[in-house]
Amino acid sequence: MSAPALPVTHTSSVASAIRRCFATPVAAAVTVIVAGIAVAIVVPIARWALVHATWSGAADDCRRAANGACWAFVGHKAGFILFGLYPAAQRWRPGLAAAVLVALVVCTAIPRYWTGWLLAAWASGLALAFLVMHGGIGLTVVPTQQWGGLPVTIMLTALGLAGGFPIGVALALGRRSRRPLPRAVATAIVEVVRGVPLIAVLYVAVLVFPLALPTGLSVDKLALAQAAVIVFASAYLAEAVRSGLQLVPARRLDAGLALGLGWWQTMQRIVLPEALRTVLPSFISIAVGFFQDTSLIVIIGLFDLLNTARSASQDPNWLGFYTEAFVFVGAIYFCGSAALSRYGLWLERRMARAHPGARVPLPLSLTVAAPPE
Amino acid sequence: MRSAADRRAVLLQGLGLGVTAAVVWWLARNTSVSLAQRGLTLGFAFLRHPANFEIGDTWWLSFSPADSIGRAIVVGLFNTALVSALGCVLAIAVGFVAGILRLSPNPALRGLVRAAVEIVRNTPLLLLLLFLAASLHALPPPKQALSPVRGVFLSDRGLVLPAVAIGRWTIVFVLAAVVALTLRRRLGTRWWIAPAACAAAAFVSALVRPPAIATAQLEGFNFVGGVTLSPELAALLAALVLHQSAHISEVVRGAVLAVPRGQRDAAGALGMSRWQTLRLVVIPVALRAMVPLLATNCVSLIKNSSLAVAIGFPDLVSILNTAGNQTGHSIETMLIMIVVYLSLSLLVASALGRYNAHLLRSGTAIS
Repeated sequence: MSAPALPVTHTSSVASAIRRCFATPVAAAVTVIVAGIAVAIVVPIARWALVHATWSGAADDCRRAANGACWAFVGHKAGFILFGLYPAAQRWRPGLAAAVLVALVVCTAIPRYWTGWLLAAWASGLALAFLVMHGGIGLTVVPTQQWGGLPVTIMLTALGLAGGFPIGVALALGRRSRRPLPRAVATAIVEVVRGVPLIAVLYVAVLVFPLALPTGLSVDKLALAQAAVIVFASAYLAEAVRSGLQLVPARRLDAGLALGLGWWQTMQRIVLPEALRTVLPSFISIAVGFFQDTSLIVIIGLFDLLNTARSASQDPNWLGFYTEAFVFVGAIYFCGSAALSRYGLWLERRMARAHPGARVPLPLSLTVAAPPE
Repeated sequence: MRSAADRRAVLLQGLGLGVTAAVVWWLARNTSVSLAQRGLTLGFAFLRHPANFEIGDTWWLSFSPADSIGRAIVVGLFNTALVSALGCVLAIAVGFVAGILRLSPNPALRGLVRAAVEIVRNTPLLLLLLFLAASLHALPPPKQALSPVRGVFLSDRGLVLPAVAIGRWTIVFVLAAVVALTLRRRLGTRWWIAPAACAAAAFVSALVRPPAIATAQLEGFNFVGGVTLSPELAALLAALVLHQSAHISEVVRGAVLAVPRGQRDAAGALGMSRWQTLRLVVIPVALRAMVPLLATNCVSLIKNSSLAVAIGFPDLVSILNTAGNQTGHSIETMLIMIVVYLSLSLLVASALGRYNAHLLRSGTAIS
């Protein structure tokens, strides 16, 4: 290829795309090389994953067909990978809980449902999911040590963001406060949490925080991890909210005050709705990040989707099939993240249609770079 | 004028301060009780005690279990620094290429790069890391090592690369030339003399002691010579570079697209060729938009390097965690961890703040 070319406006038609692939002799040569690379990557993968794959049977069947994928392993271990150490006979319960959480997330994504009812739905849905997972009232109690897999990943992400959101809004308001104390506290919390890796926050929650509790009081490890994710999420959400607040013209606040609304009422009814709307796409990219980053709880020994896959691949009867396990959970992560990202793009376009010419917030990472005031 | 609202605010803040202080005092008291029960006292004296653990990967500093915990932490810090420095440079290089390729007018090329970027961006870094670490450990032993390029070997012992031996004076003079170039504004009108002299000295020293490349040889069951990256280090580096370069490619692409169309048209109207437009107009403007985002990407790469603990590479976090678990001083080790990462983040943030201010002053910021 000659000089890196400037972007070309996209046209949807496949025909014109093909025409552009062969527009000039150089372009045609590049296309042929790219096609060769693609074939060299895709064909071996397809042969491994489809042609030579073993779809059922035991580990020995897989080892006989040495150069193919062992999907039998994934089939055999799917229950464990998806639901962890949860008692096998009770797996419908985490399944149901995960379904409830996913349904809540899907409902939250639909703008028509953005009403007070959604909060009620979240409260009752979370209560239901917890009840089903934990047990009591006729169901056998399953302690959180046995929770694992997909429900834990979804719970950590959804609860982390849902719990982090109000704290994040409070921190953002605190950071923009005229009063020194809220500003200092909020700035310190946000900068410290965002300045350290998630692992450090998880370690502090699991190793140090229990020391600071009265003796004899012990808190569940999963709850501590969830708290750490909430705190971590709140700091990132706070920065997003703050960048939204910066885009709301100061005259909005003045207008609200002039109308006789109090500061809180003006914030609640005028400033915050506008600020939050503008940063919705940033929220989505934060959500994608957290969906993936909850996998870090592997390091403190909890069983999320990634850790169950890793443990499954360390089963002595099925050694050597880690690729299949990672591909399986990788596909789940990919679908979740890609769906969320697509949704974020859709939201952005929808907003651009609803408010043409509206000020767009800087990308979050730009505001991340801003020094602490 | 002190209004009633102001007085109320002062009162409320005083109350808030009191509550905060009370909570902190309560937590601190509980902590001291818990520590007393375990027979521990706060303090950093334990850093001088012998570590009693092995460190698999050491660079620049030797380490044995009899050495102090403090030295172990420094070894971990060096490992984190090594991974971060190599990772940032490689991720920016790969991300740049991927980002530029994604702007290609050829839909096939664009599509292939985009597919790779999307796969990496939509799966967790830790998954990539665990997968790469498992794959590297599953490689054949050195006797049957894979050798994709002459002098490069991949085996279950890790990645073996040829070592490049450069004379010490050559390195010194090259560095001096770089320093002199960066300080050229302070050197007056004849600024070029110092860098030119350093470059000439570097050339002469390279002639006296020519740089040599030593490839590794298989002797017995292992490689001799060359540079060996352990499987953990190789996996960590590869995962970090892949993950971050996918993000950087988006930054590069976004920054080039953000250059206003009018600037390109203006360059064209002035009679610049396509390549000149790119080199003299688009890339300089895009670079300015990119720098802050590249820096934040580097910071997140450095923070992500803490995932090393998941595959047993002895980085700072991993060694601090081991030391904390062994001695019970997890409060102090966590404090060290937080201080190191936080000061790094704040350092970058303030540097970027100054860079942004500089751009605003010189009027070269876009948008």
